[in-house]
Amino acid sequence: MTRQLTIIGAPLAYNAPACPKPAHGTRFAEANPQHFMVTPPETPQSHPRRRLLAGALAFGAWPLALRAQFRVEISGVGGTQLPIGVTRFRDEDKSGQSISGIVRADLERSGVFRVVDSAGEFDETSRPNFPEWRGRGADALASGSTTRLADGRFDVRFKLWDVVKGQDLGGQAMAVVTADLRLAAHRIADAVYEKLTGDKGVFSTRIAYVTRVANRYTLRVTDADGEGGQVALNSTQPIISPAWAPDGKSLAYVSFESGKAVVWSQDVATGERRAIANFRGSNSAPAWSPDGRTLAVTLSREGGSQIYLMDPSGSNVRRVTQSSAIDTEPVFTPDGKVIYFVSDRGGSPQIYRVGAGGGNPERVTFTGNYNISPALSPDGRVLAYVNRNGNEFKITTMDIAGGTVRTVSDTADDESPSFAPNGKLIIYATRAQGRDVLMTTTLDGRIRTRLLSSGVDVREPIWGPFGR
Amino acid sequence: MTTLRITVSAAVLSAVLAGCGSSVKLDDAAPVVDARPNPNAAGANSGARPGGAAQSAVTTVDVGANNQAASNLARVVYFDFDSYVLRDEYKPLIESHARSLSAVKTKKMVIEGHTDERGGREYNLALGQRRAEAVAKSMMLLGASDGQIEAVSYGKERPASEGHDESAWAKNRRAELKDR
Repeated sequence: MTRQLTIIGAPLAYNAPACPKPAHGTRFAEANPQHFMVTPPETPQSHPRRRLLAGALAFGAWPLALRAQFRVEISGVGGTQLPIGVTRFRDEDKSGQSISGIVRADLERSGVFRVVDSAGEFDETSRPNFPEWRGRGADALASGSTTRLADGRFDVRFKLWDVVKGQDLGGQAMAVVTADLRLAAHRIADAVYEKLTGDKGVFSTRIAYVTRVANRYTLRVTDADGEGGQVALNSTQPIISPAWAPDGKSLAYVSFESGKAVVWSQDVATGERRAIANFRGSNSAPAWSPDGRTLAVTLSREGGSQIYLMDPSGSNVRRVTQSSAIDTEPVFTPDGKVIYFVSDRGGSPQIYRVGAGGGNPERVTFTGNYNISPALSPDGRVLAYVNRNGNEFKITTMDIAGGTVRTVSDTADDESPSFAPNGKLIIYATRAQGRDVLMTTTLDGRIRTRLLSSGVDVREPIWGPFGR
Repeated sequence: MTTLRITVSAAVLSAVLAGCGSSVKLDDAAPVVDARPNPNAAGANSGARPGGAAQSAVTTVDVGANNQAASNLARVVYFDFDSYVLRDEYKPLIESHARSLSAVKTKKMVIEGHTDERGGREYNLALGQRRAEAVAKSMMLLGASDGQIEAVSYGKERPASEGHDESAWAKNRRAELKDR
């Protein structure tokens, strides 16, 4: 299978909240040192936000010849990837973060880029020797700088060049507090990724997962690369099934701190938390509707394990499934109208779907006798889940419209698949060399990376939304 | 954490029934919130303030174990793989607990269902729930009333044995009967 990458014509028009808004019709560098964008002469000067929204249209404004020159194909493992140089950013060691190191790692982890020899002293104002970089095998080059501001924040800047064409592709400046330097690096990687592939990057998103060391459990929130981890919950009792709210501000999860499974909701920034489902028996498997107004949960309050809907406050509880079997692991489709879930009403666990308002569930998985842990891609087209075959549990995908089933992992103890919000990667937990580890994979299973090698058992990863 | 299991005769059992701990309501189990100062707590939205809130703020909350009632007497019923059928050998145990509940209407118990480590967490939580409910139903047929028993599940989260072979798995497929 081949995939083609082309540069979109839209200039980088990224508006990070921490930045002052650019002046209308900003031109290159000297006019506005705080926030600069480069526009190709053909593209009309327009308000940055409109430029961002009109990215697809702006593409059409670029000359055809320019697009054709930067076309890269990816096919198979080790197939051609986009070679890019990312040099050390000027003064990044003074900021305490290797901005360029984070950008390089992000781009390589996506599987789409290969970083070439990037030695050299550059920043965003440099004029690169393009023949030299072509000699190093680069098609693109990124560099930048960090500068400490008087108020203690850092002014982080970058620039991206098309080495093939010898052209400046634009850049950005952003002012961030020290705690957000990693985030700034991830945003740069996102901008480079988007500019060169046309897809939205996920490097500045977050993931949550659970760790266990002896009888200590933590619920952690980290960058999508697994670094910069902060602890949201410390407990001596198990924590399972974390679920990001669609706005990325809170996490629902199941905690056993009171001696049974209870669903909690916690504001990530403040730590404020509330038990929202604490009915008789076990309360688990929280899943948010895409509009954040409803939670699906598994409750045993009427006997058995059945799926219910409720408000995020825990009120207005209504039952969705009506069986004497186990119905659990609900997940909403992106339009919020359908719920996929696991049921063993047919004798062994399979994945079904039902209208969110109730109705007759329809079976979805037919391969093998054990399919659990459904996850839906953001475009609603792909279902990821765990299939058990013999003693092996493997992440599997199904094209919902066509029914094609594909195994995407090469390990045998997988659990908990979760899609990145751009739909290009799946994160999951598995066991390797006796430890629980987190992995990401492209949807075709061709490019996989391991996220954490700290030696701590990690499980239940869940990928957060865009717009941290 | 080790699960304390004491095997006592029925006579001793009835003697200690009076001193059991009360049930832990969720309201009592207030989490021990970490008192670390959080500079980002106030208005942590996208700030235009200089030196303002980080967008990556996460506040840590600590919770501890709240139900370490030392007088818990555990009784254990074991299950076959993928099964929630009560084996004959455990029926006398269930019967004696049912009788003790039937005799003292204020007495309460919790039945915790568990599974071995194989399979998904949520599905196993539901399987453990099924096992606990099987024991509960059996006790209610034998004289206990519905309000005296709560069936809960730990799924595969609290194994009795951490091994990865059938002998460990067999020890983990269980239901534990605890006084409340």
